[in-house]
Amino acid sequence: MEFLRGLSKDISGCGLSGVIHRKGELIPGEIIIKSICCQEERGNGLGAGFAAYGIYPDLADYYALHVMADHRKALEDVEELLAHRTYITHEEPIPTRRTPGIEDPPLFKRYFVKPKYEGEARELCADTEDEDDYMVSLVMEINTKIDGAYVISSGKNMGAFKGVGFPHQIAEFFRIEEYKAYIWTAHNRFPTNTPGWWGGAHPFTILDWSIVHNGEISSYGTNRRYLEMFGYHCTLLTDTEVVAYLLDLLIRRHRLPVEVACLALAPPFWEEIDRMPEEERELCTAVRAVYGGAMLNGPFAILFAYNGGLVGLNDRVKLRPLVAAEKGDLVYMASEEAAIRAICPDPDRVWAPKAGEPVIVELEPGVIPNQRSYLRGQGKRTEASVCRYPG
Amino acid sequence: MGEKKTTKKKKVPQWASFFPDFIIERDPEKCINCRICVKECSYGAHIWNAKKKELSEDHTKCVGCHRCEAMCPTRAIVIRRNPSEFREHAVWTPWFIKNVYKQADQGGVLLTSTGCAVPFRNYFDHLVLDACQVTNPPIDPLREPMELRTYLGPKPDALEVEIKDGRFRLKEPLPRQIKLEVPIMFAAMSYGAISLHVHQGLARAARDLGTLYNTGEGGLHASLYEYGSNTIVQCASGRFGLHVDYLNAGVAIEIKIGQGAKPGIGGHLPGEKVTEEISKTRMIPVGADAISPAPHHDIYSIEDLRGLIFALKEATEYKKLVFVKIAAVHNVAAIASGIVRAGADVVVIDGLKGGTGAAPTMFRDYIGIPIELAVAAVDQRLREEGIRNRASLVASGGIRSSADVIKLIALGADAVYIGTPALIACGCTMCQHCFTGKCPWGIATNNPELIKRLPPEVAYEKIYNLVHGWAHEMKEMLGAMGLNSIESLRANRDKLRAVGLTETEMKILGVKHAGE
Amino acid sequence: MATEIDAKDIHYRDLNRLLRAKIEEGEREFLLRNINGQRYIAAGVSEKVRLEIYGTPGLDLGAFMRGPEIIVHGNTQDGTGNTMDEGKIVVHGMAGDVLGYAMRGGKIHVYSDVGYRVGIHMKAYMDKVPVIVIGGKAGDFLGEYMAGGIIILLGMFSRYPERPIAGIYLGTGMHGGTIYVRGQVSETQLGLGLKPHKLTEEDEALLRKHLSEYCEDFNLDLEEIMKEPFIKIEPYTHRPYGKLYAY
Ligand code: SF4
Ligand code: SF4
Repeated sequence: MEFLRGLSKDISGCGLSGVIHRKGELIPGEIIIKSICCQEERGNGLGAGFAAYGIYPDLADYYALHVMADHRKALEDVEELLAHRTYITHEEPIPTRRTPGIEDPPLFKRYFVKPKYEGEARELCADTEDEDDYMVSLVMEINTKIDGAYVISSGKNMGAFKGVGFPHQIAEFFRIEEYKAYIWTAHNRFPTNTPGWWGGAHPFTILDWSIVHNGEISSYGTNRRYLEMFGYHCTLLTDTEVVAYLLDLLIRRHRLPVEVACLALAPPFWEEIDRMPEEERELCTAVRAVYGGAMLNGPFAILFAYNGGLVGLNDRVKLRPLVAAEKGDLVYMASEEAAIRAICPDPDRVWAPKAGEPVIVELEPGVIPNQRSYLRGQGKRTEASVCRYPG
Repeated sequence: MGEKKTTKKKKVPQWASFFPDFIIERDPEKCINCRICVKECSYGAHIWNAKKKELSEDHTKCVGCHRCEAMCPTRAIVIRRNPSEFREHAVWTPWFIKNVYKQADQGGVLLTSTGCAVPFRNYFDHLVLDACQVTNPPIDPLREPMELRTYLGPKPDALEVEIKDGRFRLKEPLPRQIKLEVPIMFAAMSYGAISLHVHQGLARAARDLGTLYNTGEGGLHASLYEYGSNTIVQCASGRFGLHVDYLNAGVAIEIKIGQGAKPGIGGHLPGEKVTEEISKTRMIPVGADAISPAPHHDIYSIEDLRGLIFALKEATEYKKLVFVKIAAVHNVAAIASGIVRAGADVVVIDGLKGGTGAAPTMFRDYIGIPIELAVAAVDQRLREEGIRNRASLVASGGIRSSADVIKLIALGADAVYIGTPALIACGCTMCQHCFTGKCPWGIATNNPELIKRLPPEVAYEKIYNLVHGWAHEMKEMLGAMGLNSIESLRANRDKLRAVGLTETEMKILGVKHAGE
Repeated sequence: MATEIDAKDIHYRDLNRLLRAKIEEGEREFLLRNINGQRYIAAGVSEKVRLEIYGTPGLDLGAFMRGPEIIVHGNTQDGTGNTMDEGKIVVHGMAGDVLGYAMRGGKIHVYSDVGYRVGIHMKAYMDKVPVIVIGGKAGDFLGEYMAGGIIILLGMFSRYPERPIAGIYLGTGMHGGTIYVRGQVSETQLGLGLKPHKLTEEDEALLRKHLSEYCEDFNLDLEEIMKEPFIKIEPYTHRPYGKLYAY
């Protein structure tokens, strides 16, 4: 990573990059590092992070909790709670290395757990969807009740690595080049409204949802209060957190197809809706009326991933950039075309997704354990087409 | 010289008349004796002495409506506060002294109009809005889409979607909703309290703006049935002019439990105001008093409210949304929650500052709580109970500008009602004498001569212009906050900061102090 | 002979410094290879130099420039020709969002598609009339706030067969300048108060003039382009917001 050092600091927006292998083959960490570092210009050294899917194949049935703690005591409190509420099959410090420029990092540890139900609930809930709800409330409890401890990620066979520093520093610190994943996302942060602290770096996650985001969510207050009605509490002092919870609520709990969830987050304008054919119009009107509190307003480009897919989405007037490209079974998405070309100089196709039009890429069926698929549509969603794979 | 006549009964002095509130100043240089003022003043404050060919004034009759001043062709008239002063006293201000005089003279209840006149803290003026600088771009509403459209009505917590012919479709249609192109509706003001012309103006403006007006409790004049899809019909305790055609005439029915200007009491339209037309509309005899009882005598508790809500829904085959309007009182959050659970589709909260055509002064000024606090408390409570989506929340009472509207929406309202601003748009000067039925501006009157002063077209144009201007200002403010749709402002208290409020006030409002 | 620079892993500051130094020395022709993501290339350069770029230049290519001719063999990212004054940018590929923002002179020729808000607030003054020609399709808000200049949209060499020739809010807030579109646009796509108009003879002549230069750049057949009729969009007033305020 030598060539990345020494670039002078400058200012601009955040940078995003993501890549997925549709057949579930593993992509080495260096690839994503190279792509995000190409956009180093978009950050200011106050935050960077990575999400990787497929990194714990041997423990794929366990929720992998990545915990960040300000001090030993916080970690002990987390462990005490976990001992009560989960079966821990394995725990270890997250491997890090001393990195120039990174001082006083918090403690990082990962736990591989299953929910521990009491009494009758065990029969009812073990191995069901309810386990996810259980984990969500456990994460909320740690984040809100245990001082100095935060769950950085909590999905199966995936993990988030993030902190304060430039992407190359964070990559070096967490030894990202030692991991291989079938989906990677990365973020280079230029924090504005929230202080540069480790918990505030991207990605934000809940369960296996992870989000990296460029822009500012001006509707944060509305979104946060909307989510509170459904038991989600925002503790990480930043607007992006709401996106992770919105996805969990809309897609996992309300079972909306990912296409419709994207429609709720970045809906068409009323005047476009007014011109749609009747049934389409009814759907869009209902989505806007019911999910008004979930709509993301303000300039944004996000990449979100889950165990089985990667999605890129832009705000409805395209105030933040997003470019996509494909080459064989690999699909790339990034803030800048250059970030893609840095790792794929000669893509088969490069395109700029339209405002509010999601690029949804799912793995082919059955290529990974615990694979999730939320894609339901056949082809075009509404007026705006959805680029989707597999075709 | 003749003898001085003595009255049989010793004449009782009327203290109040010694100290008129206003002085009518006429500039003799400019006055041309045209006598327009005499005609214009419905209170008889300008007097023409035909013998002497001279104009004089009876200051005690002047209510300070400024009609004569405005109509005088040579601008010879100025209406001033009576400069005569009482000795200063921090407690016994002239207002209280004169009120005591009036009651000592007449022995009655002090009556007034409009909304609360006591300078309680106006929370609107202690809340400031946010705007984008650098970190996200403000949006320009002139050239980019900026959406104010709002749907009122109950919404499910989640939607179910299915796939039909390869496309996503709703599994169940959405419960009935009312579409507002701008989240500003016209509050209930009855035909009777205001003129038919104002009603016609409101109805047309509502139609052209894509919003709703509210009939108030005085029934619906035959000429207004055509504006049905922009009409809310009100069902108040007096049930005037209330029949099944009326209930079906609009898109919603509002059960009026109370009103911010006079919580806990009913209404009274004096017999003198019940003219031929009003009698037809209200379906009561000409000249008879129209009295609205304090409660609905079929609602003595929350179950009874549910009863009335469903009676109305049954009667209209579930085609109309049912609004329930209450005055903001101490326990407003819990009451609103009960109303939602009773099945209301929209809860309307009318705050302390809400206006009225007639209310006892003590009620207008001292009963109820400010709308800002009420909306914040209700929105928060409904969220905590997980029932916020079951009904929409409409706020009213004391809104003076588009910024006030924006603030109420940021506090949690879905839409607002305005009354007083619409009347001021029609020329009202806030003389606070609507209860006399002599409104010289032709607004709060049904005197056939006076109503001619405000033709329906003028009322329409003024009201339309006002809301059009406000809507544009709202778009500008939204754009400055980096939002392009009103739903992203709704309940977004992060966009508000308090200036000079206490911890408790900020806690209730759910806002941080400026600088935080 | 053009000066060749291999830009692989060179930071934009170093690259621009190098360029300026060479220009100072009198070099007028450059060939930049392996460009990938370097921002601000030739920003603010006033000399009549010629740059051939291979790769994907970063944001704000040619921003504020007054004179250079830049030929890009590849796509450009957002902000190309930001507030440019004079000169020419030819893109043999696609261009990103906000192309030619507030451009007040010179030309931008793009072979294929462009992103959102292209030609936003272009303006003309005296003899300076900026021109953007787009061979492919355009995103929403094309010519937003446009105050002067010319945008020509062909829609012919697009990579998005499923998209309409232009997005919505075409020419929104336009109060000067002209947008020519080959084929048709629906009125619902246009900004408030705008209407498509037929071309006059002067328009035809103007189009031919600008398009023949475009055709030379990309080796295209002018007659093929002129086969389909064009429409034009012009502001309906120079003061669209005169009635906005109350005093
Ligand atoms: S009541 Fe009105 S019209 Fe009559 S004198 Fe007073 S200001 Fe003039
Ligand atoms: S409506 Fe008429 S009577 Fe009432 S306050 Fe206004 S001007 Fe006075």
